[in-house]
Amino acid sequence: MSEHIVSPKVYAVILTTLLVGTAVTVWAAYQNFGSLNIVIALGIATFKATLVVLYFMHVRYSPKRTQLVVVCAVVWLGIMLALTLTDYTTRPPNGRLSTPRAIQTFQA
Amino acid sequence: MHRTGELYGQFQTLEQQKDSAALGMWVFLVTEVLFFGGLFLTYTINRHAFSTAFGVSSNTLDLWLGGFNTVVLIMSSMTMAMSVWAAQVGKKKQVTVFLILTLLLGTTFLGVKVIEYTQKFQHHLVPAYHFDITYHSNHPLATDKPEEIANEKEELEKAVDRKNPANDQDLNAHAQLYFSLYFGMTGLHALHMIVGAGLLVWLIKESLRGRFTPQYNTPVEIVGLYWHFVDIVWIYLFPLLYLIDRHR
Repeated sequence: MSEHIVSPKVYAVILTTLLVGTAVTVWAAYQNFGSLNIVIALGIATFKATLVVLYFMHVRYSPKRTQLVVVCAVVWLGIMLALTLTDYTTRPPNGRLSTPRAIQTFQA
Repeated sequence: MHRTGELYGQFQTLEQQKDSAALGMWVFLVTEVLFFGGLFLTYTINRHAFSTAFGVSSNTLDLWLGGFNTVVLIMSSMTMAMSVWAAQVGKKKQVTVFLILTLLLGTTFLGVKVIEYTQKFQHHLVPAYHFDITYHSNHPLATDKPEEIANEKEELEKAVDRKNPANDQDLNAHAQLYFSLYFGMTGLHALHMIVGAGLLVWLIKESLRGRFTPQYNTPVEIVGLYWHFVDIVWIYLFPLLYLIDRHR
């Protein structure tokens, strides 16, 4: 068996990084970076998620075909998000989402 | 599931057998990514369309409880990873200890979630059930930090003022949209946590019988993959739900 065993030291470093990342996210949320706030929040979250996938879930030491499946998950999620948002963000201004009729009736 | 760790006929080595099990779990997790992805997509579209209502609603959430839960869940991922390690190096007692710690942290998370949901009922923030986004900051019995409530109140009064044509005229309806997504996403996440806790109970039972060894620890590894995935979902949920427009 040539199984790779990740040592507790590596896990401890990852844990610390994840906790620091959480603190930085909260700090960044209280700063006004304008439209960059969401980019920073998602950037830190993606960094944390990558660490979890690579080390806690051992993907860094997994066979190539397992890594391919992980990459596929991200790619397909990307396709779903990107293509749908391309639609929603390019609607004409008067085509924006309005209050559903059911709620309008409810409010009247 | 093979539970004794003998080599099945279709595999050549135990390692190949274990890799195949992990691959199967990953394929399942891909479907989970797309499952949660649909919710994140809905969230993104609505947050883009109703950013004021989403910001106002997000600020009513208790950041301390949410932050505490984030730390708890990250710690539980650590203990889960450590139980896999303990199994790999043959420390049978530690496998059980780390699994029990993981279960305790997981149930702590769910307990805090119960407190949060209770607060939503008390603050009239449950969609279609006496929903009123202005209730919390107007109500003298709402007992969170007074200065934070005062800030919320000021922000709400500006946002609710219908005379200003730039304002969202249906703030209350759009805040319900936020809370529908809040309950939908955290609820689905909590459901995954409950399933994970059930799996942990089973793992603890098996590990008490000394089942997990350096040669055979596939169930610990596989449940670990699931547990870490649920952690990743929360890593995204926390900033997206709790941290919108906090700098105001």
